[in-house]
Amino acid sequence: MIRFDQVSKRYAEGREALSRVNFEIPDGDMAFLTGHSGAGKSTLLKLIIVMERASQGQVFVQGTNLNRVSRRQIPAIRRDIGVVFQNHQLLFDRTVYDNVALPLTIAGYQPREVGRRVRAALAKVSLSNKEKQFPIALSGGEQQRVGIARAVVNKPSLLLADEPTGNLDPGLSEEIMNLFVQFNQVGVTVLIASHDLGLISQMNRRQLLLHEGRLVEDRPAILTVGSDDGQ
Amino acid sequence: MTDNNSRSTSGASVSARSLRDRWFAYLANHHWVARESLRGLLQVWLASAMTWLVIGIALALPTILYLILSNASNLSGDWNGKPRISVYLQSTVSVAEGQAFAQQLGSQAGDVSSLEYISPAAALAEFTERSGFGDVLQTLDRNPLPAVIVIEPTSRQAAQLQLLIAKLESKPEVESVSFDLVWLERLFAILSLAERFVIALGGFLSLGVLLVIGNTIRLAIENRRAEIEVVKLVGGTDSFVRRPFLYLGFWYGLGGALSAWVLVGLSLIFLATPVEMLLASYQGDFVVSGLGFNESLLLLASGGGLGILGATLAVGRHLRRIEPS
Repeated sequence: MIRFDQVSKRYAEGREALSRVNFEIPDGDMAFLTGHSGAGKSTLLKLIIVMERASQGQVFVQGTNLNRVSRRQIPAIRRDIGVVFQNHQLLFDRTVYDNVALPLTIAGYQPREVGRRVRAALAKVSLSNKEKQFPIALSGGEQQRVGIARAVVNKPSLLLADEPTGNLDPGLSEEIMNLFVQFNQVGVTVLIASHDLGLISQMNRRQLLLHEGRLVEDRPAILTVGSDDGQ
Repeated sequence: MTDNNSRSTSGASVSARSLRDRWFAYLANHHWVARESLRGLLQVWLASAMTWLVIGIALALPTILYLILSNASNLSGDWNGKPRISVYLQSTVSVAEGQAFAQQLGSQAGDVSSLEYISPAAALAEFTERSGFGDVLQTLDRNPLPAVIVIEPTSRQAAQLQLLIAKLESKPEVESVSFDLVWLERLFAILSLAERFVIALGGFLSLGVLLVIGNTIRLAIENRRAEIEVVKLVGGTDSFVRRPFLYLGFWYGLGGALSAWVLVGLSLIFLATPVEMLLASYQGDFVVSGLGFNESLLLLASGGGLGILGATLAVGRHLRRIEPS
């Protein structure tokens, strides 16, 4: 699903955000990307959705070499990847419904189909009663769940999250993480960048630890994925 | 919508839907974007009205000049419709001979549509009456005026008229032939000059409209930066991101053309009565013609077209720079 092959990313100002990173995440896996802020977590995610390009090495997503993707092809790549952002990236002048519907409108779904899918996604994150509200009226946890609904509404095969529990209290954080687990259980590959180590160890999944741009540890889940289902 | 090729997607994917569905969704999106961008403009109607008025004035000016021009050429067309050739006869030609000559000219089918013989006496009487020099003329011991045959030729083309004039001049009875082509030629030269002026002015003002719309769109793009970033993040194509701004440009242009249409109409109401009164004193019935159906349509189409063009230019310059970060 995702493969990094000797990937380095050097920004224009000379800072090296990633250096010679190698790893592979197979289809249907769920993994955490950890490390201090500034370790390169966000850069790594940005490479996957082609917000940034690798300076060296190659990034493969679903077999596509992202180095060879032209500017015109980027939207198609992004449509099959759901992304949850720390700052939600919601549009505050649109209702919850319209925010979640955005990826479907972009992908060219008929309004009827859009309605069906948006309601399903909102039900999944338990926000069915908030579809007519504006994001500003929601709590931080609810806004994050709107972001998640938007990320999964197009049924992507890959779900990325950048500090999805960043500003949430522990109870809400766990709730959000369990949502990701549920998506993973239906076959979605999930990669979450987070420095909430307590929560991550509780989840018992594969962990990729970044330190100053280097992948310093690749710790597999202690139990097999299948045995997690009962938690 | 050229993407989604050469990718193997798993699960429910975009490419699984039929082309027909996507086409209808595409149209639905156009419809939605068109409606939403117009609604957005009407929500801030005062600011929008200002922009529309600016564009309207810029479009109204060349349109009014064009109308003046087309009315003027209608007017000269009427005059041009009846060119007259005056044939002055030799003083040695008697009245009877002159009449016979006139009859002979009239029987030549083709060239002459009608003619009138004016004897020296009749010419003198008319001149006395019109000029007010009757007393002076009476002191002359003989009538100095020649007999004239006034011919209305069938042809209105300069080349054929010149041929006819040459033929008339070669007749022994004819002293001289006068036909005033020069003033007509001058009038047409002035009109074609004015036409160029209107075209140049229209060009400049259209450029102005482009800049006004381009600048307005640029501001709109800046205002919706966050939205553009999010749309790009969730896979919006360039054309999807561009679409609302092109519609915005279209509405600005169309609204501007509509206000130009109103402005032109008001100006005509203001001008028509005095112009018609002035012209009535010269030649009777003249009606100032306004914008016809086709011309109105052309005005609206140019407005909308300029709007889309201005927006395209602005969007091309600014949209590419906005990338999610």
